[in-house]
Amino acid sequence: MKLGKFPPWLALLMPAIVLLAAVVLVPLVLSFYSSFTSYKLTKPDTLYNWIGTFNYQKAAGDIYFWTAFGRTVLLLTVALNLEMVLGLGLALMVSKVTRGQRLLRTMMMFPMMFSPILVGFQFKFIFNDNVGLVNNTLQSLGLTTTAIPWLVDAHLAMFSIISAEIWTSTSVFAILILAGLYAMPQDPLEAAKVDGCTPLQSFRFVTLPFLMPFIYIAMAIRSLDVARAYDIVQIMTNGGPARRTELLWTLIGRTGYVDAKMGYANAMGYISILLAIFFTVYFFRKLTAARAELGMAL
Amino acid sequence: MAQVHLRNLIKAYGALQVVHAINLDIADGEFVVLVGPSGCGKSTTLRMIAGLEDISGGEIAIGERVVNDLPPRDRNISMVFQNYALYPHMTVRENLGFSLKIAKRPQADIDVAVNKAADILSLTPLMDRRPAALSGGQRQRVAMGRAIVRHPEVFLFDEPLSNLDAKLRTQMRVEIKKLHQRLGSTIVYVTHDQVEAMTLADRIVIMRDGHIEQVGTPIEVFDNPVNTFVATFIGSPPMNLLEGRVDQGAVVLTDGSRLPIPPRYTAAQGAAVTYGIRADNIMPVGHALPAGDHIATVDMAVTLSEPLGTETLLFAELAGTEVQAKMLNPRPVRGRETMTFQIALDKCHLFDAATGSALRRA
Ligand SMILES: Nc1ncnc2c1ncn2[C@@H]1O[C@H](COP(=O)(O)OP(=O)(O)O)[C@@H](O)[C@H]1O
Ligand SMILES: [Mg+2]
Repeated sequence: MKLGKFPPWLALLMPAIVLLAAVVLVPLVLSFYSSFTSYKLTKPDTLYNWIGTFNYQKAAGDIYFWTAFGRTVLLLTVALNLEMVLGLGLALMVSKVTRGQRLLRTMMMFPMMFSPILVGFQFKFIFNDNVGLVNNTLQSLGLTTTAIPWLVDAHLAMFSIISAEIWTSTSVFAILILAGLYAMPQDPLEAAKVDGCTPLQSFRFVTLPFLMPFIYIAMAIRSLDVARAYDIVQIMTNGGPARRTELLWTLIGRTGYVDAKMGYANAMGYISILLAIFFTVYFFRKLTAARAELGMAL
Repeated sequence: MAQVHLRNLIKAYGALQVVHAINLDIADGEFVVLVGPSGCGKSTTLRMIAGLEDISGGEIAIGERVVNDLPPRDRNISMVFQNYALYPHMTVRENLGFSLKIAKRPQADIDVAVNKAADILSLTPLMDRRPAALSGGQRQRVAMGRAIVRHPEVFLFDEPLSNLDAKLRTQMRVEIKKLHQRLGSTIVYVTHDQVEAMTLADRIVIMRDGHIEQVGTPIEVFDNPVNTFVATFIGSPPMNLLEGRVDQGAVVLTDGSRLPIPPRYTAAQGAAVTYGIRADNIMPVGHALPAGDHIATVDMAVTLSEPLGTETLLFAELAGTEVQAKMLNPRPVRGRETMTFQIALDKCHLFDAATGSALRRA
């Protein structure tokens, strides 16, 4: 049988190329193209209405978009740093446990086993101002008599969302840092003791530098995650009330599917992806630098 | 400056006791080498002195202070680890200066001390490299440099040369000895290599299974081993040991040949004994050193010879036991040639066959 006029290597690669084109290339090109049209889901014809960079200009001047952008960066910064500190603490504690460490490690992974949608529902319940666990507890303890609007007040709502994020994902940091602690050579720590370090100084000057690559890997993974945060927020507050917890992707999702302005949503999406790319590149740079510092292969 | 005293020092891991109530007094400025086969508790002892390992019983004193409950940082010691244990993320300069930085010494002082150590150990061209970019020998020198910048009271070395090739090892051995002469600090040095122990030590401590077998200067432990373990562990090739029974001032070997009891030893009639002869003290007639006043001769068939240049090592058989002998001013040896050997009895040893203890005349 002849394979047409294709060289054999191309013929052999064809299935992969076709598959990639179907699932990656076509949607990418299509969505990118549509961001230059006034495409509305309700009016399919608008897909052919070329409007140049209008959507991008509109996004650039859209205060809601930039507020959501800023809020996403804020969430990313706060959540990642807290998760890092908590994950580090958790990993250090677990690494000191001598009995039942396997069990603890498995338990540590539990939050990651739940769908973010369910976590969203769970925390929505926990922070509910009427029947929620938090308010009930606070009231039973006599710490407050009012129903604190955890999911309504702008600051409290962000706090609640960050709590849910941290609950689900601190273990990502904990587990990667724990892996780092297991891989850590013990000799330099002993040398540090002899060189006069207190336990805190040993940690600061020897352990932490060794853990940095692991922390940066976790940061890179999690920054991608948080930059596309959608489900937990969508369930807990739906970006509201009155856009107080609007993140990039809740805004984009609503613009695309509720307002049906798919062209505009895609334009915002492409701008947002720059954010994810920026953080990923940033943390991978840090990772490479930290590894080089430890004399690891790059 | 500091002496180190170990008093009934014990280390146990759970029910397993690995160091058994050892006693040792190390003088100020002394270079003491702990030597013994691998697993005998040398590192454990050293690490207890350093404070890296809890003490299960007994006492350690450095200078006048009992340090049992002091963390390593309060003991004023430096340690060179077998795997160097350099800080991988720090440059050579930072590695060297780290302890001084932790001690909050002014940067100018740190620079002076670090540069001086670098100079002594020829590390100056490497100061800005990280450990990953150094060879084994260079890392070893950094580890030593890190230990000397601080002027501690006691240096602890745990097999610092065992990861180096033979040539570098010999070189560094000389460097360490010079360093000790220059610094005059107390050094406790652990090795499983008896040559290293002999060449470096003021006093050697020979350990086996968590016990100290013998303490003495290199010459003392070489000339007067207290038991067969020390006799075979110290010296190369190991001392030849021949089983026999005492009969009227002589030892009758299993084949009936008789060797006089060495002058410095005594044994009861009929006792089962082990006769010890070093290769240096059993040599073919005409190829031997002057052997002293007391000489015995034996005939042995040579089974193998190893020419080493200035001497040849001969493998022969005596009373069913393989015996190593030396031939000075060597000549070629034919296979299975029978030669007459002189034994320098003044340098021979006699041990109790059951306990292995030396049967020295009181
Ligand atoms: N953490 C430990 N737990 C149990 N046994 C140990 C431990 N560390 C060392 N040992 C045992 O203690 C003995 C002495 O070890 P070590 O001091 O390292 O010997 P070496 O003389 O070779 O340096 C060995 O038999 C070793 O198996
Ligand atoms: Mg050891």
